[in-house]
Amino acid sequence: MDFELLTNILFATLRTGTPLILIALGEMVCEKSGVLNLGQEGMVLMGAALGFIAAVVTGHAGLGIIAAILAGMMMSVLFAFLAVTLVSNQVATGLALTIFGTGLSGFLGAGYVGMAIEGIAPFPIPFLSDIPVIGKVLFSHDPLVYFSWLMFGLIFWCFRSTRLGLTIRAVGENPEAANAIGIPVMKVRYGAILFGGAMAGLAGAYLSLVYTPMWSEGMAAGRGWIALALVVFASWKAERILLGAYLFGAASIMHLVLQGLGFEASPNLLAMLPYGATIIVLVVIASDAAKAKLNTPLALGQPYRPQV
Amino acid sequence: MLNFTLEKRPSDSKTMSYLSPIFAIVLTLVSGGLLFTLLGKDPFHALYTFFILPLTDIYGWTELAVKVAPLTLCAMGLMLCFKAKIWNIGAEGQFILGGLGGGYIALELMNAEGFWVLPLVLLFGALSGLLWAALTALLKTRFGANEILTTIMLNYIALNWLLYSVHGPLKDPDGFNFPESALFSEFATLPVLSDDYRLNISIFFALFAVAAIWALMSKTLLGFQISVLGEDKAAARFAGFKAERLTWFALLTCGALAGLAGVSEVTGSIGQLNPYISPGYGYAAIIVVFLGRMHPVGILFASMLLALTYLGGEMAQMDLALPKSLTGLFQGMLLFYLLACDLLISYRIVRKPSARLTSSSSSNSAQA
Amino acid sequence: MNQIELYNITKRYPGCIANQAVELKVGTGEIHALLGENGAGKSTLMKIIYGVVKPDEGVVRWEDEIISVKGPSHARDLGIGMVFQHFSLFETLTVAENIALSLPKAESASMDILKQRIIEVSEHYGMKLDPNRHVHSLSIGEQQRVEIVRCLLQDVKLLILDEPTSVLTPQEVETLFKTLRILSTEGCSILFISHKLDEVRALCDQATILKAGKVSGHCIPKDTTTEELARLMVGDDTPLTEDYKKAEGDHTFLTISDLSYESDDPFACTLKNISLEVKAGEILGIAGVAGNGQEELLNLISGEDTSNKKTVLFDGKAVGHLTPEKRRILGLGFVPEERLGRGAVPNMSLQENGLLTGYQGELTANGLIKTNKVKDFAHRIIDRFNVKSSGIDAQAKSLSGGNLQKYIIGREILQNPKLLVCSHPTWGVDIGAAILIRHELIKLRDEGCSVLVVSEDIDELYSISDRICAICDGEISPIAPTHDVSINQLGMWMAGDFTFIQDSKEAE
Repeated sequence: MDFELLTNILFATLRTGTPLILIALGEMVCEKSGVLNLGQEGMVLMGAALGFIAAVVTGHAGLGIIAAILAGMMMSVLFAFLAVTLVSNQVATGLALTIFGTGLSGFLGAGYVGMAIEGIAPFPIPFLSDIPVIGKVLFSHDPLVYFSWLMFGLIFWCFRSTRLGLTIRAVGENPEAANAIGIPVMKVRYGAILFGGAMAGLAGAYLSLVYTPMWSEGMAAGRGWIALALVVFASWKAERILLGAYLFGAASIMHLVLQGLGFEASPNLLAMLPYGATIIVLVVIASDAAKAKLNTPLALGQPYRPQV
Repeated sequence: MLNFTLEKRPSDSKTMSYLSPIFAIVLTLVSGGLLFTLLGKDPFHALYTFFILPLTDIYGWTELAVKVAPLTLCAMGLMLCFKAKIWNIGAEGQFILGGLGGGYIALELMNAEGFWVLPLVLLFGALSGLLWAALTALLKTRFGANEILTTIMLNYIALNWLLYSVHGPLKDPDGFNFPESALFSEFATLPVLSDDYRLNISIFFALFAVAAIWALMSKTLLGFQISVLGEDKAAARFAGFKAERLTWFALLTCGALAGLAGVSEVTGSIGQLNPYISPGYGYAAIIVVFLGRMHPVGILFASMLLALTYLGGEMAQMDLALPKSLTGLFQGMLLFYLLACDLLISYRIVRKPSARLTSSSSSNSAQA
Repeated sequence: MNQIELYNITKRYPGCIANQAVELKVGTGEIHALLGENGAGKSTLMKIIYGVVKPDEGVVRWEDEIISVKGPSHARDLGIGMVFQHFSLFETLTVAENIALSLPKAESASMDILKQRIIEVSEHYGMKLDPNRHVHSLSIGEQQRVEIVRCLLQDVKLLILDEPTSVLTPQEVETLFKTLRILSTEGCSILFISHKLDEVRALCDQATILKAGKVSGHCIPKDTTTEELARLMVGDDTPLTEDYKKAEGDHTFLTISDLSYESDDPFACTLKNISLEVKAGEILGIAGVAGNGQEELLNLISGEDTSNKKTVLFDGKAVGHLTPEKRRILGLGFVPEERLGRGAVPNMSLQENGLLTGYQGELTANGLIKTNKVKDFAHRIIDRFNVKSSGIDAQAKSLSGGNLQKYIIGREILQNPKLLVCSHPTWGVDIGAAILIRHELIKLRDEGCSVLVVSEDIDELYSISDRICAICDGEISPIAPTHDVSINQLGMWMAGDFTFIQDSKEAE
C-alpha cells in the first residue's frame, strides 16, 4: 500500500516537474546569451490558452501543441524586438510581457473557460513500462515528458561540446568582444529568445492539454517565475535544472503525500509550499555569492547594440 | 531609397520623455481600435464605450477616484523602489497583506466603539504591508536574494493566505458559507465624502503621499541618495551612501503605502474581506510608475488613466459583451508601447539616403 | 606593391568628424606606425580597416584591388588580424575556446589539433601559451598573447595592434617587439597604433601621424626626432614637456601598515602585507600593470571596502574600519579610475554630480538640499577648472573624457582635501586637459596636501611623483625617491622582482 503511494508520488513528481524543466531550459539558453526574459509567465499563459483553443477548434491535441509553440514564439519575438533591437530595459520589458500575456490570454481564452477536452494520452514505452515500479515512474508518461528529457540531453550536449554552445556563451559574456570577432550578436540573441519562447509555449500546452486538460485564467500559477528562480538555483547548468525541477515538483504535490499519510490541511496553505520553497532556494543560492558570480553570464541583462 | 537608422543622442531628450507616454497612449488607442474592428465592433463606438463613457457623469468621476486612490498609493511606494532600481514587484502582496491585517483587526474590534478604531485599523493595515515588505528587504540585504522573484513569490503566498483566511478562520459564520468575512462595523469604515457615492477619504491619503514623496525626492538628501543608488550603484558606494539602509527605507515605505492602500480598500469601498480585494492594483501600479515618468505628479495622471482601464473594462463587459480581461490587455499593450517609445529618449531616428558605402549610427566611439 | 592603401577615408559621428579624408599606405612586411593623441581618430580608422565600422566615404585597396570590408570575419578571410586595446576575449572560456570562436568552423573542428597548433605557433614566436587555461587566470600580458596568437593562426598578412604596449611592463614590451620583428621579416605587414614616441622610433619603419581626424604628416621615425614627432601630433601651440620640481614632504598623513586583503570576488587580486606612507606635501606614484591589486588597494583607502581598523591611518587616526563618508570628513578626496559609472553618475547633471561627494559640506543642512549652494558649487568647479560643457544641467555622460575628468578632480580639490587619491588621472584625456590636471595636482601638493597617484603611464609618474614604487600581484615594491629609480628598475618591480639596485642612478 505504502509502496504504491510512493510510486504514485514519484510519478506525479515527474509530471509536475516537466513544465518547469521546459520553461527553465528555454530561459537558461536565453540567459546564457545574456538576455534576461522575465516574460516567461506571460509566454506560458499564451501557450496554454492558444494551445487549448487550437485543440478545441481543430479537435487535435497535436495541433494544439504546435499552436502553443507558435504562440510562445510570437510573444518572444515581441520581447526580442524591444529588448534587442530597441535596447529597452530587459527587466521592464519582461514584466510588460507577463502583464500583456496574462491579459491577452485571459481575453482570448474567455470563451473557453470550463470546456473539457481529451488531453494528450500517456504513451507507455513498450516493455520498459512493464518493469515494476520504475516502469510506472519513468516510462508510463505522456510524450512531452520524454521530450523534456530529450531537450535536456540536447542542451546539455550543446553547451558541453558544440560551437553553437560556445558562441551563445561568448555572446552572453561579452557581446562587444563577440561582435568584434564577427559573431552576429543580435541574431544569436534573437535565436536564444525565440527558443525560450518556444519552450515556454510548449510548457503552456503541457499545462492546458496534459496536466489539467482545461483552460482557466492565470492557470500557470507562477510556474514561469518559479522556473526563473530555478535557472539561478541551477547556476545555469542543465543537469541541475532537471534536479531542481523535480524537487519543486515534489514540493508542489505535497498534498498528495499528506493525504496519503492521512493528514487534512487547507489546500490554500499547501498551495503556498512551492512559493515558500522558491524563496528558501533563492536564499540558499545567494549565500554562495562568489560561486554564483562565477557562473552568471557576465553580460546578463545588459542591452547591447553594435556600433556600425 | 531611404534608410532609417538609430543614432544615439549625446544627451537624453527631456521632451521625448514627456512625449513618449502620449505616443504610447495614441498607439494603444489605435491598436485597440483595430482589435475592436477585428472583433466585429464599431471601433469608434467601442473606444468611446471603453474610454469616454465611464466619465460622462459625476458618478463615473467618483468611481475613477475610488480606483485612483489605491493605484496612486501603491505607485508612490513603487516609485521609490524603482528609483533605487529595487525591482519590487510585491506591491500586490503588500496591498493584500494590508487589507488582511487591517481587516483582521477590524473584525476583532467588531464590537468596539469610538473614533480610535479606524486609525488603529489603518495603522495595522499599513504595518502589515510594511512587515510583508520587510521580508523582502531582509531577504535582499541579508541574503542577497533577488527581489523580483522573492516579491512575486510573496505575492502568491499573500493571495493564498487571504484565500485561506476567508475560507477559514475569518469567514463570516452567518455568511451562508460564502468565502467572505463579516461586514466591518461603522467605526472601522472609512467615511465617504458624500452619501451618494462610494468615494471616501482614501483619495486624500493618496494626495498626501504624492506631496510627501515629491518633497522627499526633490528636496532632501535622502531622496537624492535613493536616485543615485538607482542610477549608479558604484557611484553611490563611492560617495559613501549606505545601500542597505536606503533599500530598507524604500521597501518599507512602499510596503506601508501599499498596505495603507489595501486597508483603505477593505475598510472603504469593499467593507469586508473577500477573495477579490485587489483587481491587480499592485501590478497595474508598476505600469503607472513607468507611464508617470517616475514623477509624483505624472504618476497621479497615469493612475487616472489606469483607473480608467478598469472602468472601461467593466463598461465593455456590460455594453459590448466583451470579456473583462480587456483591462489587462490594454494595460499590457500600453506598457509595451511605452517601453518601445522610450527608445526615443536616448536615441533618435535619422534618415539617410543609402550610399555606396552604407553609413550608420553610432554613439560615443567618436573619441576612439 | 603595398599591402593596403586607404584613400579619402571619412567617418562622421554626431557632433564630430572622426576621420577626414585620411590616406594611408602600408607596404608588405613593413612595420607602420599610426601616431596621434587621444581622440585623433586612430582607433576609428583601425576599426574601418577591420570592418567593425563602416566609413562614410573613401576607398580601401587591398593587394591592389578595391574592396569593401563587410565585417570582421571578412577581414580575417582577407588576412587582416587585429589586436584590440581592450581585449576581445571571453574570460570564462579557455584559451583554446577563445581562439576556436574566431576561426572558421572547419579549422576549429578538432579541439586537439587546434591546441597542438596553438602550442606550436606560440612557441615559434616566443610567446608561450597553455591552451587549456581559462583566460581570467592569465595576466594582461598573456591575454595579449592570446589575441596575437589568434591572429597568427590564420595566415595573417596585416596585423593591427591598437596601443599594445600601454598594458605591458617595459620588459614585456621588448618581448613583444621581438615577435613583431620576426613577423615582419616573414613578410607580414604591421600597423602599430601608439602615442608613445620612443617606442615608435625603436620599432617602426614608417609613420603616419593623425591630428584631429586628419593626416598631419608622414615620416620615417628613425630619422625624426621625438620633438618633431610630437609637434606633428599636437600642433605648435601646446607645451610638450612639463618639468616639476620634486618635493620632500612634511609629516606623514596616510599610513598603511601590513595591510592584507582577500576579496569575495573570485576575479579580484589578493593584497599581501602592504605598507606605505604618504607625507603631506608630496606625491607618491604607484606604477603597475592593471589587475595587480591597484583597485583593491584604492578601495581600501577610500573606504568602499574596509579592513582591520589600524591598517589604514589618516594623520595617525585609525580609519581602516570607517565608511567613505567618514573618511571624507577626515580629509579624503578620491578620483576613481571609472569616471562614468563611479566618479560621476552618467545620467545625472553636473550640479547633481557635484552634490555626489560634496554633500557633507554646506550644500545640505538638516538633510535638506540647498539648491542655490549646489548650483554655485558646480559653477565654481566649471570656472576654475575650465570645464567645457553646456552648463551645470548638462548630463555627465555628454562631456568628453577630459572635461569630465577636470570636473571630477575639481570637485574633489574644491573640498580642500588633506589626502587626494587619484587613479589614472589622465588616462584617455587630451593633452591640454592632461597638462592642466597635472598642474593642479602639483599645486595641491605645494599647498601641503598628500597626493597618491596610481597610473599605468610611466612617463606621467616620473613627471609628477616625488617618490615612486610599483605594485605587482598584490604586493608593493620598495619605495624610493623618483630620481633614484631607473626605468629598468621600475620595470623589474612591475614584473614582481623587488630587488633594489641602489647605485643605478640613471635618473629620468
